[in-house]
Amino acid sequence: MIFRLNQSSGIPLYLQLIEQVKHAVETGALREGDQLPTIRKVAVDLVMNPNTVVRAYRELEHEGVLELKHGSGAFIKESAGGRARVMRKAQAVVQSAIERLASLGLAEAELRRVFENELAQARTEGRLGAVTEGKP
Amino acid sequence: MSDYIIETNQLWKSFKGQPALRGLDLRVPAGSIFGFLGRNGAGKTTTIKTLMGLLRADGGTARVFGTSVTDTDGTLEKRAIEVRRRIGFVTEDKELYPYMTVEQIIRFTRPFFPKWRDDLEQRYLKMFELPPKKKIPDLSKGMRSKLMLLLAISRGAELLILDEPTDGLDPAATEDVLRELVAIAASSGTTMFFSSHQLSEVELIADHIGIIEQGKMIVAGSLDDMKAQYQRLQVVFTNSVEMPSRWVGGVEHVRQEGRVVSILASHNVDAIVEQARALPGTAVERFPVTLKEIFLEHVRSN
Repeated sequence: MIFRLNQSSGIPLYLQLIEQVKHAVETGALREGDQLPTIRKVAVDLVMNPNTVVRAYRELEHEGVLELKHGSGAFIKESAGGRARVMRKAQAVVQSAIERLASLGLAEAELRRVFENELAQARTEGRLGAVTEGKP
Repeated sequence: MSDYIIETNQLWKSFKGQPALRGLDLRVPAGSIFGFLGRNGAGKTTTIKTLMGLLRADGGTARVFGTSVTDTDGTLEKRAIEVRRRIGFVTEDKELYPYMTVEQIIRFTRPFFPKWRDDLEQRYLKMFELPPKKKIPDLSKGMRSKLMLLLAISRGAELLILDEPTDGLDPAATEDVLRELVAIAASSGTTMFFSSHQLSEVELIADHIGIIEQGKMIVAGSLDDMKAQYQRLQVVFTNSVEMPSRWVGGVEHVRQEGRVVSILASHNVDAIVEQARALPGTAVERFPVTLKEIFLEHVRSN
């Protein structure tokens, strides 16, 4: 697992780590039983606060994505696989939506704005489920 | 002892009638990397010197490791020395004995600290590529910073107080130093209290921040929480701009350029979005906010 951070995005770093682990699970890059790098290694490699890495791992554990084994590290949990199938379906839906919007002449930035706004709107109106990420 | 390594309450300090600290409240949790931010002259160095017991406060209290460094009874000086022994310190002016070589100052410093770590000393000597035989005035600014860091880290300190630790370092040396600080924090749980003007580096390695302005703490807390609460909203009006007579709570700053209104929100973002959407003919977008924006907003509006 190679993490990347986007410092200028303003998105809290622990959320960026969480997103990347989830994404890797969803695409199959990380599978059940795979081990994640240690907190120290992530902190030193990315030059970031170790407590931030701890927070990301804890939250992933809480959401059932990771299992933290004392002394031996963090592992992808088996239940994550079922989620991956749902996510693959979601990917297909979004793919076709993107194709249709692109055919209307929307540029990438416009597309992203539309999507993020609608997402924020849905959140405001309480139309999103409880497991959605973003706001703690 | 409390969970705070550093804790001050209503700390006051004046120089010749000019207040430098005006009721400073500061709390640094154990094991945190605390970024202490503020403009020049905001009171950062005065705070650090007071915590080290090098300056005597006029009022209020300060505790380091639970030990008071402000109570003026007969044992204050003794307590302050005891506290300083447990702190590794890197100053802004990077004062070191000018007649010594790198090797000599290490040999000179070592006996003062019973927990001196020879392994760390050797490691940093090699990693920082410090020439043992070179005299201190002949070192570059970056080399002197690294030497001070080596001395601070090797003494096995429980708390590192770093006053602009990367000031004057080139980007590669800055990266080295930050990486080492993170490695130390991860392996030993050392608390770090550091001041810096480099907001992007603070954003990376700090988990808590405090912004001091005119001797008072104006913002403090967990950096992640802060970033989750702060957002910038951009409201685009299709026709004429019609602002509400009064915004809901949480709006810190509103700026208008043509038909675009930019709002900085410190909390309560959902309610603000709702209010903006209810205005006639608007599209609202939300953007995350960087530490730099939070900092500038607060020191400017103050």
